[in-house]
Amino acid sequence: MNNLEKIKKIIIDKPLKLDCGKTIKNYPIAYETYGKLSENRDNAILAFHALSGDQFVTGTNPITNKPGWWSHLVGTNKAIDTNKFFVICANVIGGCMGSYGPSSNDAQKNKKLGTNFPIITINDMVNAQYNLLDYFKIDKLFSVMGGSMGGMQVLQFVANYPNKTKTAIPIACSASHSAQNIALNELGRQAIMADSNWMKGDYLNLENSPDKGLSVARMAAHITYLSQKGLQEKFGRKLQERDDLKFSFDADFQIESYLRHQGSAFVDRFDANSYLYITRAMDYFDLTKQYNGNLSNAFKNTKIKFFVISFTSDWLYPTSENKEIVIALNVAGADVGFIEIVSDKGHDSFLLDVPDFLKSVKNFLEANY
Amino acid sequence: MKKEFQIISDLIEKNQRVLDVGCGDGTLMKHLKDTKNVDTRGLEISKSNVQTCIGKGLTVIEGNAETDLKQFPSLSFDYVILSQTLQAFYNPEKVIDDLLRVANKAIVTIPNFGYWKVRLHLLLKGTMPITKHLPNEWYNTPNLHMCTIKDFVNFCSKKNINLFKSLTLNKNNLSAINSKNLNLKNLFSELGIFLIEK
Repeated sequence: MNNLEKIKKIIIDKPLKLDCGKTIKNYPIAYETYGKLSENRDNAILAFHALSGDQFVTGTNPITNKPGWWSHLVGTNKAIDTNKFFVICANVIGGCMGSYGPSSNDAQKNKKLGTNFPIITINDMVNAQYNLLDYFKIDKLFSVMGGSMGGMQVLQFVANYPNKTKTAIPIACSASHSAQNIALNELGRQAIMADSNWMKGDYLNLENSPDKGLSVARMAAHITYLSQKGLQEKFGRKLQERDDLKFSFDADFQIESYLRHQGSAFVDRFDANSYLYITRAMDYFDLTKQYNGNLSNAFKNTKIKFFVISFTSDWLYPTSENKEIVIALNVAGADVGFIEIVSDKGHDSFLLDVPDFLKSVKNFLEANY
Repeated sequence: MKKEFQIISDLIEKNQRVLDVGCGDGTLMKHLKDTKNVDTRGLEISKSNVQTCIGKGLTVIEGNAETDLKQFPSLSFDYVILSQTLQAFYNPEKVIDDLLRVANKAIVTIPNFGYWKVRLHLLLKGTMPITKHLPNEWYNTPNLHMCTIKDFVNFCSKKNINLFKSLTLNKNNLSAINSKNLNLKNLFSELGIFLIEK
C-alpha cells in the first residue's frame, strides 16, 4: 500500500475529548475533495462514509483502483454535480485509510496501536471531522449527507452543530442501533476474534492478519446489505462454472462463490481491528439516549432543511426506523421531507444505480441551492 | 390552477403554517408559498407526487393520512387542508378528529353525492353514478365513504364541529350555504368547501 502517500491528510492539533474519557491530539484526518469551493464558500457538501467506506467518494480510488463508493451519485453532471458543488469526505477516525485508527503507529512504543486504540463513537467521529470546516474556512455547509453509518453521522452532526449546515440528508439509517444490528455486528466481531491470527489485536506488530475472520465477517455482513428477492433474482440456485453438484464443500453455487469473493476482496483493503472499532461505534449509537429518551430534543429549534430517504427492501435499516427520525423532526417542528424509494437491492440501494434515489437527491439539492 | 384551490387559498391569511394532506403535485402548496408566504408542509401517498414536490422545493412527507397524521404534534399548524379525499378513507371520522388536533382550522372539500346528476344517474340508469368529480367505476373507485353536503353538515353538528364557512362550487360559481338553502345547495352543487373548527 505505498499508494498511501497519495492520501491527503491534516493533523488536528486541537485536543478532542472522546466519549470514553480519553483525549486525543495531534491526530491525522485523511480526506478527499471533489469540485471547487465557491467564492462565497456556500456550496460545500460534507459526505459521511459508511462502515466499509472511505474518503474516496467518486472517481477511481487510488488505493483499491476500484470506483469510489458513491460514484453513481457524485461526479461531473451526476446527481451531485461536482461542477456545482464542493464535496468533502473524510476517513472516519478508527478507519484504515489514513485517519487515526488502530493501524496507526503508537508514537511512544514505536509499534502499531492495535487494541490500544481507544473505543470511539459516532459522536467522536463527527467531532473529529468538524475540524475540516475550520481547515477549509467554511462557516456553513450547504449540506451534510450519508447513508447507513454515514446517516448516523449526519444525525449526530446536526445535533452537535445545528447552525453549521443549511440542509441534511440522512439515508437508510437509524437514530439508535437496533438489537438486530448489534447482533449482526457482534457476529462479525466474533468471527475476527475467533481467527487465531488476530492475536488479541496485535497481528500487525506480529506480521500477521486475521484474513479468514475478517472475510467471514464481511460475507455475513454482505448478506444483510441485500434483499431476499434481490438474491433470488440475481443468483437463484445457479451453479458456479459446473453442470452439476460436486458432492463436496466447494463453492457449488454462484452465491457461495460471490460471497467468498466479497470476503477475500475485502481483506485486501480493510483492517480487521478497524472493523471491530467501527462496528462498536455503530452499536453504541443511540441519539435518543443522548437526549434523555426524547429524540426530538436532538433537533430542537433547528433551522436545517431535512430530507430523509429509506428503501423498501432495506431490512437492516428499515423504513420504520427512518420514519422515527421523521416523526422526531416533526415533533421538533423541523422542516422535513421524506420518501421511501422502491428498490429490490436492499440496504445497498443507497450505493447503487437506483434512478429514483439519484433523482430525489438531485431534485432536493437543486431546489434548495 | 383549478378554481377550488383559488377558493381555498382565499380562505387562508398570510404567513400561516399550513399542512396540505394529500397535497398531490404541490400546486396548491406552491401557490400558498409564493403568494401568501405560507410555511407549507405536505403529506402525500404517491411516491411520484412526492418526487415532483421535492423538485419544486416543497417539503413533503410520503405517507397516508390515516396512519401518518399522528406524527404531527397537536396544534402544530394554523390550517390543515383536505381536498376531495375524505371519502377515500377507511375511517373519515378519525381523520377529521386528527385534522382538528394538528390545526385549529381545517379546510375540507367534498365531491357532493347529493348533486342532481348523481341522483338522476342512479334513479334513471340504476347503476353507480359516474360524473366529473366521481370518474371511476364502482369496482375501481378509491372512494369508500361517499357523502352529500347535507351529510357533512349534519356530521359537523353531531360532532360539535363549528362550521365557520360553508361554500359550494358549481361550474366555477361560488356561493354560500346556510340553513335555509341547504336542501337546494345539496341538490345543485358539485363540490362542498368547508372551513371547520373544533
